Amino acid sequence: MFKQKNYLALGAVVFVAIVLLSLPTRATARLKLAVGSWFLPLFGLAGAAQQLPADLADSLLPRRELLKQVDTLRRENQLLRSQSVQSTAIARENDQLRALFNWQRQSPWKLKLANVVMRDPANWWRTVQIDLGSRDGVRENLPVITAAGLVGRVSSVSLTRSQIVLLGDPNCHVSALVENAARDMGVLIAGGTLDTSLVELTYLASSANLKPGQSVITSGLGGVFPKGIPIGQIVDARSVEYGLYTDARVKLNATLGSLEQVWVLFP
Amino acid sequence: MKVFHTILILAFAFLATFGEATLTAPRQWLGAQVDLLPALMVYAALNAGLPTIALLAVLGGVWFDSLSANPLGISILPLALIGWPIYWRRDLILRDLPFAQLVLGAAASAIAPALTLLLLLSGGKDLLVGWGTLWQWIVMTAVGAVATPFIFSLMDASNRALGYQERIEPGFRLDREIQRSRKKL
Repeated sequence: MFKQKNYLALGAVVFVAIVLLSLPTRATARLKLAVGSWFLPLFGLAGAAQQLPADLADSLLPRRELLKQVDTLRRENQLLRSQSVQSTAIARENDQLRALFNWQRQSPWKLKLANVVMRDPANWWRTVQIDLGSRDGVRENLPVITAAGLVGRVSSVSLTRSQIVLLGDPNCHVSALVENAARDMGVLIAGGTLDTSLVELTYLASSANLKPGQSVITSGLGGVFPKGIPIGQIVDARSVEYGLYTDARVKLNATLGSLEQVWVLFP
Repeated sequence: MKVFHTILILAFAFLATFGEATLTAPRQWLGAQVDLLPALMVYAALNAGLPTIALLAVLGGVWFDSLSANPLGISILPLALIGWPIYWRRDLILRDLPFAQLVLGAAASAIAPALTLLLLLSGGKDLLVGWGTLWQWIVMTAVGAVATPFIFSLMDASNRALGYQERIEPGFRLDREIQRSRKKL
């Protein structure tokens, strides 16, 4: 039969689990970050191992190819500079018009590049961790984007790392706007469990005139995400709750399944 | 408790947790991230002592939760609840048979996520659960089942290669030698 020491060991494990689960949220977060930091050397090793083939490939690249790349980058740089000059002029004009109408001036976005270091090992969450933390000025609820569009928001921060809750996670709701004539607004919630590229846009007006391909952007309501960040495009729509409101599926612009680098947006 | 064996099991759990957090291939190919801790718990329950099982449940669970959005400590109980019954009945299990390892690995890999989900849902957490979860559960079960015999082989080989070997006692013992001699007349 099971001996007494076996019951004692089982009891000790259950006790540890109950103590950990009943800790205050702040203590749990600190403990999580402390335990998670044990993996830092491995993250460093993995990063170096991933970088090694790229470095090797760079060192083996022929001079002609490098010169070609430099030439392409120079041209791209010139194009971007001319676009930058143009957008500065537009921004100045926008500021003047805003001042004319006494509208609040929009502050430009400040972005910080971050590397995605790990993904949530559990299948029922959609989170990633990045290599920026509180020492880099990151704080909770800052929006995270890629060049393609919105990715999610910062959910917790440690000194060197931050957890990002991605679009499609049940804990990431975004107020969104469809770029159509009526500017229909809804709330972006979790989508399917398998396809990370699809999310649900819900609580749209029952009269919403939605067509596949229409762009969806952040509405700016809620105070977390600034207005105008591209999110995705409408795939299809259906009426729910006997026509009370409309739900639509949105295909995200950003590829959440293969994120490597993201931008943290500082308002 | 063989300390080295315990350290080896815990090191494997640490690396497995790290791998689950960094390798994206299973998620991209199969649509689900696999979890090797239940399969490792089967190995520990059949081959190690009770302190090792307790340590694996606590540390493995805490490591997993620290890299996840799970509440810290939620994965400890499912791992413990897999390890204890197997340890309790391990004398009745044909632990060297790959088929037995496969069946136990499948059961453990199916029970662990189901129990964790149950605990999370009973705690009122809002989770990403739907019909796709069923597919993810099947993938986790199947991969866990297939991985278990490999984990047994890998752990045994590592233990043989890195650990101290048991000294083999020769059958001949001097004190039990039958003295044969001719009777002296």
